[in-house]
Formats: sequence, C-alpha cells, structure tokens
Amino acid sequence: MNNLRMHILVCGGTGCVSSDSKAVHGRFVAELAKHKMDKEVQVVTTGCFGFCEQGPIVKIYPDNIFYTKVAPADVELIVKEHVVKGRVVEKLLYHDPEKGTSEAEHRHIPFYKSQMRIALRNCGIIDPEKIDDYISVDGYAALGKALESMTPDLVVEEIKRSGLRGRGGAGFPTGLKWDAAKKAAGAKKYVVCNADEGDPGAFMDRSVLEGDPHSVLEAMAICGYAIGADEGVIYIRAEYPLAVERLRIAIAQAEEYGLLGGNILGSDFSFHIRINLGAGAFVCGEETALLNSIQGSRGEPRTRPPFPAQKGLWLAPTNNNNVETYANICPIILKGADWYSSIGTEKSKGTKVFALAGKINNVGLVEVPMGTTIREIVYGIGGGIRGDKKFKALQTGGPSGGCISNENLDLPVEYESLASVGSMMGSGGMIILDEDDCMVNIAKFYLEFTVDESCGKCTPCRIGNRRMHEILERITQGNGTMADLDELKDLGEIIKDCSLCGLGQTAPNPVLSTLRYFYDEYEAHVKEKKCPAGACKNLLKYRVLPEKCIGCTLCARNCPVSCIEGERKKAHVIDSEKCIKCGVCYSKCPVKAIVRD
Amino acid sequence: MSKIKSLDELRKIKEAAKASTDLRTTGENPDRVVLMVGMATCGIAAGARAAMSALLDEISKRNLQNVSVVATGCVGLCYAEPLVEVRVPGRDPIRYGHVNDARAREIIDKHIVQGILLDNAIIGREVPKGE
Ligand SMILES: Cc1cc2nc3c(=O)[nH]c(=O)nc-3n(C[C@H](O)[C@H](O)[C@H](O)COP(=O)(O)O)c2cc1C
Repeated sequence: MNNLRMHILVCGGTGCVSSDSKAVHGRFVAELAKHKMDKEVQVVTTGCFGFCEQGPIVKIYPDNIFYTKVAPADVELIVKEHVVKGRVVEKLLYHDPEKGTSEAEHRHIPFYKSQMRIALRNCGIIDPEKIDDYISVDGYAALGKALESMTPDLVVEEIKRSGLRGRGGAGFPTGLKWDAAKKAAGAKKYVVCNADEGDPGAFMDRSVLEGDPHSVLEAMAICGYAIGADEGVIYIRAEYPLAVERLRIAIAQAEEYGLLGGNILGSDFSFHIRINLGAGAFVCGEETALLNSIQGSRGEPRTRPPFPAQKGLWLAPTNNNNVETYANICPIILKGADWYSSIGTEKSKGTKVFALAGKINNVGLVEVPMGTTIREIVYGIGGGIRGDKKFKALQTGGPSGGCISNENLDLPVEYESLASVGSMMGSGGMIILDEDDCMVNIAKFYLEFTVDESCGKCTPCRIGNRRMHEILERITQGNGTMADLDELKDLGEIIKDCSLCGLGQTAPNPVLSTLRYFYDEYEAHVKEKKCPAGACKNLLKYRVLPEKCIGCTLCARNCPVSCIEGERKKAHVIDSEKCIKCGVCYSKCPVKAIVRD
Repeated sequence: MSKIKSLDELRKIKEAAKASTDLRTTGENPDRVVLMVGMATCGIAAGARAAMSALLDEISKRNLQNVSVVATGCVGLCYAEPLVEVRVPGRDPIRYGHVNDARAREIIDKHIVQGILLDNAIIGREVPKGE
C-alpha cells in the first residue's frame, strides 16, 4: 500500500509527556514497523488535547477515535486490533462515569461538548515541529493576506472592530494598544510577547506554545507590520523547556521559508523574532518589569505613564501582548472582525482558555465562548467535584484574583462580571476548592506567594502585604482577634490604592474576596478558634470517643509520635500536648472512634 | 527548503501539505462520506488491502474532499469479503461485496462521484428505515 491511510496522533504536551507519551510514540513506531505498516500509517506528535486528566491521549484518524490513558504496553493491542483489523479497542475509550457508557469520538465526550476552539484551534491536530502542517491549516495565510491586501491601518481597524481584549489579565482592548504603538513616533519599534505565565496553576500559554508555536510567531509578525516594527521578542519563562524548544524549531523553520526575516513573502516588510528566557520572578510578567528584564536590568516595574506604547523596550514604542491574545489574531484576520465579534458577550468577545485544576474531576485545558457560566465549566466540562465532595469556591485570577462562591455559580464568565464579584478574569487559571479547603488558609497561601514575589520597590507592597500575611498567620494559629479582621480590610484597601504596579494593586484581592464571601470562616477561626474545613492544624484537636473505641491499638501503633496510650480492648487516650495533628489515627481507626474538632 | 517569495507560492505549499493533514481535518467533519473496508482476518485474506489501496489511490488521484477510508472489523459476511460499506450522511448505508481493485475504483467513480449505485455488487441491502 503506497498511500497513507491512517494517522496516529500522540499527545506531546507536557502533561502527557510526563505520563510517558514519548514511550507510547516509540512503541507505535516499532509496532507498525513490525507489521510492515510504517508506510501506510503515520505517527504524529501533537500539542495538548486539553484533557490532561485522561492522558496520555492518542487519537486515530480518519476513524476519529479518541483513546485515553494509553500506556506503552497498550500500544501492541491498538496496532493489532485497531490498525490491522479495524476493531476499536473498547477498554481504552473514554468512559463516562455518570452514564456508564464509553465514547469513541471526542465531540461526544462531555468535556469537549461546550468547548469552542479558536486559540487552541490547531493544538492536538498538527505536529508543532512541522511548519508544513501549520501551513496546511491556513498557517501564514493571515500574514500573507495582511501584507498583500491590507494596509497597516486596516489591520489595526480589524483588530479594533473584533473586540479582542488582552488575555494576560487586564483585558485592555488589543486594537487600541496596537493603534497607540502605531501612532507613536519612532523609527525603531518592538513587538513583545509575554509568555511568562506566572500564575500558580495556569498552563494556557504553555499549551499554545507547545502545540501551535507558529500561530504566535505569525501574529507577532502581523502586529509588527501593523505598528511598523521589525523586531519581536518572546519573553518566556525558563521553566518551560518544551515550549522553548518548539519555539526555537518554529522560528528556524519560518526563517528558512522566508516567513520571518527579510522581505517576507517578497514584500518590503522584514521581521525578526528572538527568544528571551525569563529570570524566574513573578513580577517579571508585569509588562514594564518584563521590559526591564529584557534589557538586562532588575525586573522592577516602571512608573506609568509613559506606557510601553510610547516608551517601551529600550525606550522605543513597543506593543506587548500575551500569548493567548496573539493566538487569536490570525483567525480574526482570515475570518474577519464580524465573525469574531459575533462570539461571546457584549463587552467580552471571542473565547477564553482556562486551565482547570484543584478538586475537579477533569483537570485540563478548556476553551469556551465568553459568557459561558461557571456552573457549565465546573460541572459540565469539568465533570464536577472530585470524590463527590461539596463545591466551596472557584479561585480565578491567581494571586491577583479572588474566590467565587456557590451563590455566583451561574455567573457568565466575562471580564466585567468576574470583577463585579471581587475576582477577575486574570490569565485563566481556575482552581476549584471543596469543603476540605479552608478559605483563610487559601488566602494566606496566595498572599505568601505575593509576599515572596514582591520586588520590594514600593512600600505598600513590600511591607503592607507582609503585615497582612502576619495577621493571617495569627488567625490560622488561633491567636486572631476581631480587630484583626477590620485591620485586614483597611490594610488591603490601602495597599491596593498605593502600590506602584499590578502586583501590589491586586495582591490583597484573595484576602478581600474571601473576607467578603466567607466571613463566617474567618469568624470561626477568631471567635471559636475553630477551622470549619479542618485544614488549619493548630486549631484541630483529635480525641477518642471512649464509648466507641474497641481498643484495637491500631491508632497507637501508627501514631508517629507515640502520643496515644491504652490497653488492648480498652478505650485509648490521645495526649493532645504531644499530638502533632497529622491525622493518621483519624484515618486508620476502623470504627470511627476518633473525632476531630 | 527554499524561500517562499509570494502568497501564491505559499498557497502551492499549502496544497501540497494538505495531503498530510486532510486525513485529520476530514476525520473531524461529521458530514463526511465514510468508506468502511472490512479488514478482519477474513477481509485481509480475501484481498481487502488491495481494495483499500485502490480506494485511497482513486480518491487522491481525483482529489476528492471529505471522503474518509476507514478500516473496520468483521461483520459476519465473510463469504462476500472484501466488503466496502459506503456511508453518506443522511442516507442508508450501502454495502458492496467482492471488492477487488477494479470494483473499488468503480465505487469511487460511480457511487461517490456520479451518485449511481453499483446494483450488481450490493450485498444484503439494509431495509430502509421507516418504510
Ligand atoms: C504581577 C503581574 C504579573 C503578570 N504576569 C503576567 C504573565 O505572566 N503573563 C501575561 O501575559 N501578563 C502578565 N501580566 C499582565 C501584563 O502586565 C500585561 O498586562 C499583559 O502582558 C498585556 O498583554 P495583553 O493585553 O495581551 O493581556 C502581569 C501583571 C502583573 C501586575
């Protein structure tokens, strides 16, 4: 057989790679060779499919069969059954835990049903290391269209009309930004891509770069053409080695084809892109600190104005956008602003990618139209809370964001609606919290992060956040007072008002939003010295119910500090002075005779 | 790789490269025409691989869009293998038996391109729904 009849796509995203997808790929190649089918069946490494929970993912075309959790040992069976004999391997299909059925095609899986892919359009379809794959799905056609038939003004106008807003957190209209950089006077201008992705739990940008690096390069070139820049810099965190590697390959391939470099596509437009590895600080994701970092200076934010559009990199007019923002550009140029602005809500157009993490069944990457409700994302796509626990809150916006409680589950996801309940869109991390998570503790966790990451340049952020953290520490230790709660609020507001950059201006948000929606939990910590979620160890007390204890000695034998005493077949006692509250006895007790309060 | 000097040249590369990803994009389309080739032991022994080759060859020669050729298992009609089932969305599936190279090419030419069934080759025609 001379014609390729089948493609086997193996996910090469970081999630699947860490669960051995490279070995899966290797086994496919070996098995196909064994069956002499290597000429008719092709094995392709792709970017992330999003359904990381079920990885490694393998997808087979043209049958369009979606296999989940494929181990290297499963490959022999897939080749023998599916590839050779055309029989779908039932046991590797996705099993719907609710309906008890299995689904062969991904679009019938609830996780994918209400998704819509624009930024992630090519992830899981093309080989990110082959520029021809990208070109085959209209890659570089948008750049070609812009160069051949659009003036820079028209490009900016199209982006403006599309309603696209920045996906890096602040939601600033992208077209206006480009316009400002275009109008700024200067012979030398820069296009910067912010791929620092510092929010804990976020991996949207990484997946775009790993799965479809050319889409970002092409968009940066279009931006360069629009604003009159000939140089682009991608600032990417060094902790993303796979994304960096794929970007390097992509840039080299685009240069070879002349799609980056001098006189692109025979025009007089030239554009070069280079990669700058991040310095590993969260604040370097803030755009002015990022610019300083590229220049080799300390990653400290600058005072604005002047904005980067006027004085950016090396003080030249600069446009900076987030990875996902750029990933939306080419479809807008190709399909038009009207198409794009028909998706989403009045003020938030298009789609947004979210990284679902925490206590949710389907951890993964999802892209939904703006306006989708939180309930749909958590319960429809996300498959609900892990282990049938109760939903408590959704954390969005990372350390700058806040927590959304049960009562706002039907909120549509948009920039304004999230801000109205004290959270924010942020870059797209969504962390799901359940009844076992203590909201005071969560607020403390995020604040700890910002205290660590504060660059120290301005006082409110450097000192104010530390004071807030100390208060939270007190509360979770059981030493808080009601006056502390007022103090947290006051300090939080002051820090927000007085800080120099977005880091300080938003750092108190996790505390303020949990104070707003979970005040009773703070109160319980202060007044009753209790942690309702049972997460703050210092407030916990373990004791044995003598009437229930059967004296099996299991707890005593497992206690790591030997603080449980008692004779066989008699009730045991915990010495709370010595107890380290590890909870081992609590989980070991066969008759639930140990209580935690 | 040589440099691409115009949008036209880019389009040419796209056309050439499409062959490699068409299999995937067509596979995603719920409205595609699917040709199912029986590739279980019985099918392969009777020459299903030659039939599949001929189908693929004919499709690529004619540059047909939106047609997938998919291997499938044994449906129990081993005596009539190689079997090719044609599934056009919204229509009843048609199953052809004893498909050799020539018949495979005829299926593409008559059924897929011209919309004419190969009456003499149809096996166990399914009773149309609702009649
Ligand atoms: C502390 C801090 C960290 C930030 N980190 C990131 C980041 O990792 N990635 C990002 O794109 N934007 C980050 N931003 C937002 C950028 O300053 C900037 O608004 C964004 O890159 C602009 O691109 P956009 O308009 O496409 O969203 C951060 C902002 C602050 C204040």
